[in-house]
Amino acid sequence: MSIDTSEDGATARGDEHSADGQVARLVHPRAIRWLHWINFPLLVIMIWSGLRIYWAEDVYAAGIGSWQWIAFFPDAVYDRLDLGRHLARGLAFHFSFGWLFVINGAIYATYLAVTGEWRHIVPDRHAAREARDVVLHDVRIKKQAPPQGKYNAAQRISYTIVLVMALILVVSGFAIYKPTQLYPLPVLFGGYQGARLIHFTMTIGLSGFFVVHVLQVIRSGWGNFRSMVTGYQIEHRRPPSDTSAPISVTPVPESETHATEIEEVSS
Amino acid sequence: MTTERERELRAQVEDAPTISVEEFRRRSRRSFLTGAAGITGVVLGWRWLQDQPVADGIPQPLRNQLQRNETLWRNLSQSRSAPEFSAARATPIQVNGRIGIRNEIDLAGWTVRVDGPDGERLDELDIAAFEALPQRDMIIEHKCIEGWSNITHWGGVRFSDFHQRYADRVGDVPYVGLETPDGLYYVGWDMGSIMHPQTMLALRQGDAPLDQDHGAPLRIATPNKYGIKCLKRIGVIRYARERPADYWAERSYDWYAGL
Repeated sequence: MSIDTSEDGATARGDEHSADGQVARLVHPRAIRWLHWINFPLLVIMIWSGLRIYWAEDVYAAGIGSWQWIAFFPDAVYDRLDLGRHLARGLAFHFSFGWLFVINGAIYATYLAVTGEWRHIVPDRHAAREARDVVLHDVRIKKQAPPQGKYNAAQRISYTIVLVMALILVVSGFAIYKPTQLYPLPVLFGGYQGARLIHFTMTIGLSGFFVVHVLQVIRSGWGNFRSMVTGYQIEHRRPPSDTSAPISVTPVPESETHATEIEEVSS
Repeated sequence: MTTERERELRAQVEDAPTISVEEFRRRSRRSFLTGAAGITGVVLGWRWLQDQPVADGIPQPLRNQLQRNETLWRNLSQSRSAPEFSAARATPIQVNGRIGIRNEIDLAGWTVRVDGPDGERLDELDIAAFEALPQRDMIIEHKCIEGWSNITHWGGVRFSDFHQRYADRVGDVPYVGLETPDGLYYVGWDMGSIMHPQTMLALRQGDAPLDQDHGAPLRIATPNKYGIKCLKRIGVIRYARERPADYWAERSYDWYAGL
């Protein structure tokens, strides 16, 4: 009951299958689609301008003990992306577009809360076991994918982590932006420099998610990508001969995705 | 066999509305056209922003937004104070900016000029005048706009204590400008920021008089603005009705630069 039904013209419990047994089901409400796509350029601008700021004091590196695995960032990265010597412009973009990023995120969070859409995303008590099975299925150790709702358990966990990271990213950002005027906010992060480190770490984490997300979308195929543009996903269904008969719902090959990997033998 | 779990998860999605494939094709076309228009809009919007007139190094709309940010924060919580630390946590601060202080000066002959908002000379003070004002110590986190920070022990005079001498004569002025003696480096402050109890005319770092590299004999120190506002080697203090020129604000940075 938690999917938005306000899209005009859609039947609430449609059986409007065509002759070949296909029907399109709403998976991403309009608000989610807009917020998702508006977020994309805003996040890119925020990371780009943020890296121009970071360049001026690029002290972080990843490693263990005295062994340094990777420095953030090698000169080649700064040169390739034109990040060097643009601190002031980085700040101007960051502190302008940051508001749009925050407003978009706040609308998204409010939408999730008010419509109950969050129930599709927040993991339930079965999530850990099912997420393991999703991974085993993905690497072809397990034949059968675990049952799922709109998202599988691995998606739920990673989307939830990303939303929490985004929240930490924004709060730590404000702690750096106005450490005195928002005091004691920086204390949450162990002080001003702690907030800087966490802000940076969340940026790297979010960038990592972005890479995996794009790869998974490519892997899931066109039908899945299209559903984030159009809202709908095509399902293949055999018209029921009478209402009490079993219905078989299987995905059409081109729109193969986690969300439609639903197989029902009896109902 | 359908498990209870499968039924539970199915129920989460099967209430979603459906449409016919024909309707879906129509909507898909519309959605992708909207998407194409959106991408075009983003590209054109980005180009528009880059093509705007430049205001002190950045596009005018960004400059306007920095101004709106300033107004917001000045009205929100400007009287908040930054944390202060124990003296044991203070370390010597690095030397970052040398503009306006590259040459050595004769500290004994140094004076600071105090000007009123109409250009009138209010005072010409030597260092003894500042030593005669109430002294205080402040161990605060000095923050550079580059990202580093340093817990620093400053000693000196609150600007607000210094201001008492001229408050009646200058009246309700909104700004203060400060300059190095050679005029090469200059900053502007709004009255609310400079009257903050943590805005200090510093004479000492720790217990020792300032080095010339750190702005001897007198500089600004505060935890509440970036270091770019903390002018070293003050030569002129000028009350102003108009927003004073600011070296870094003319070079793409935010004029307010408040924390």
